[in-house]
Amino acid sequence: MLQSIVQTMAAWTIPVFIFIILLYAAAKKIDVFTTFIEGAQEGFQTSITLIPYLVAMLIAIGLLRASGAIDLFIDLLTPVLAKLNVPGEILPLAIMRPLSGSGALGITAEILEHFGPDSFLGRVASTMQGSTDTTLYILTVYFGSVGIRRTRHALAVGLIADFAAFVASLVVCTLVFG
Amino acid sequence: MINFIWLGMIICSLLVAVFTGKIETVTETVFASAEQAVTIAFSLISVLTFWLGMMKLIEKSGLINWVMKLLRPLVAILFPRLPKNHPATQAILMNLSANLLGMGSAATPFGLKAMKELQTLNPDPQTASDEMCTFLAVNTSSMTLIPTTVIALRAACGSANPTEIVGTTIIATFVACSVGVISERLLRKVSGHRQGRK
Repeated sequence: MLQSIVQTMAAWTIPVFIFIILLYAAAKKIDVFTTFIEGAQEGFQTSITLIPYLVAMLIAIGLLRASGAIDLFIDLLTPVLAKLNVPGEILPLAIMRPLSGSGALGITAEILEHFGPDSFLGRVASTMQGSTDTTLYILTVYFGSVGIRRTRHALAVGLIADFAAFVASLVVCTLVFG
Repeated sequence: MINFIWLGMIICSLLVAVFTGKIETVTETVFASAEQAVTIAFSLISVLTFWLGMMKLIEKSGLINWVMKLLRPLVAILFPRLPKNHPATQAILMNLSANLLGMGSAATPFGLKAMKELQTLNPDPQTASDEMCTFLAVNTSSMTLIPTTVIALRAACGSANPTEIVGTTIIATFVACSVGVISERLLRKVSGHRQGRK
C-alpha cells in the first residue's frame, strides 16, 4: 500500500511540477517560451565550468579505488569496528558513500543481492544509501561552479554529517528492525 | 584544505599502488576517471538547461512566493543573515523543495543557481562564505522525504517491502542534517580565524 503510494508519487512529482509551473506562468500572462529560453541559456556555461574540478576529483577517487588504498583502509578498520559490534560488511559502503555516488550505489546493490534486501544488513545499507549524498561530488560541483578555491570547513562538516548518518542508520535500524 | 586532501589522496594512492603491485593500473585509471568526469559534466548540460529554464518561469510567474511561504521558517533558521527576497534565498528554497520531494535531477540545478547568487553576496570570491558552508551542509546530507533510487533498487532485488526503509531513512537524514548544520556553526569561528591569518 505505502509502497504503491510512494512509487506513484515518484512517477508523478516531476510531471505535476512541470504542469503547475507552466500553467501558473501562462495564467500570469508570462511569455512561457521566451522565459524558458532565457533561463535555460545558463545551463551550458555552468556545466562546462565544472569539467576541471570534476576531472581533478574523480582522478583522485579513481586512484584510491584502483590502487587498493580503500581496501587497505577497510582491512585496518574492520577489527576495530568488530569490537563495537558494527558488522564489517557495511564498512565499504560507509567509506564509499561520501566519495563516489556510482561506487556507493554499486556496493549497496551488491549487499542487497548478497544478503537480501529484507535482511538486517540490507535494511541498514538501504538506509545509509538514502540518508546522505555524495559529499565530495557536491562539494566539487557546487564550489567549482562559482570558482571557490578555499572551501574552509565545508568538507569537514560534510564528513561529520556523513559519519552521523552512518551511526544513525545503524542505531535506528537496530531499534526498528533489530 | 582541499589542496592537502587532493594531494594526500593521490600520493597515498600512488604509494599503495607500488606496495600492492598495481602500479600498471594507475595510468589507465587516470584517463578513465578523467573521461568519466567529462561524461558527467556533459550529462549535466541537458538537466541544467531544462531546470534552469523552469526556474526562470517559477521566478517570473511569482510561483516562488508560494514556496517561500511554506519553507520560510526553515530558511530563516538556517540562513538568518540572507535578505528575505534575495534571488539566493529563492534558489535555496527551490533546491530544498526539490530535495525534499526526491527530485534529485532538479535539486542540483537549483543548488548551482543558489551558489551563483550566494557568490554575489560573498566579499571574497575565492573563499567560501558562511552561508555557502551551511548550504553545503544541508545538501551533502540530502534532506529527503522519498529516497526514490533506493526504493527502486530494493524492489529490483525482490524485497517484500521496498518502502519499509523510508521511515528509518528520514530519521537518519534528519540526524545527519542537524549534526551537519550544528557542526558548521561551531566550526565557522575556527576556520574564520585561519582565514584571517592568511
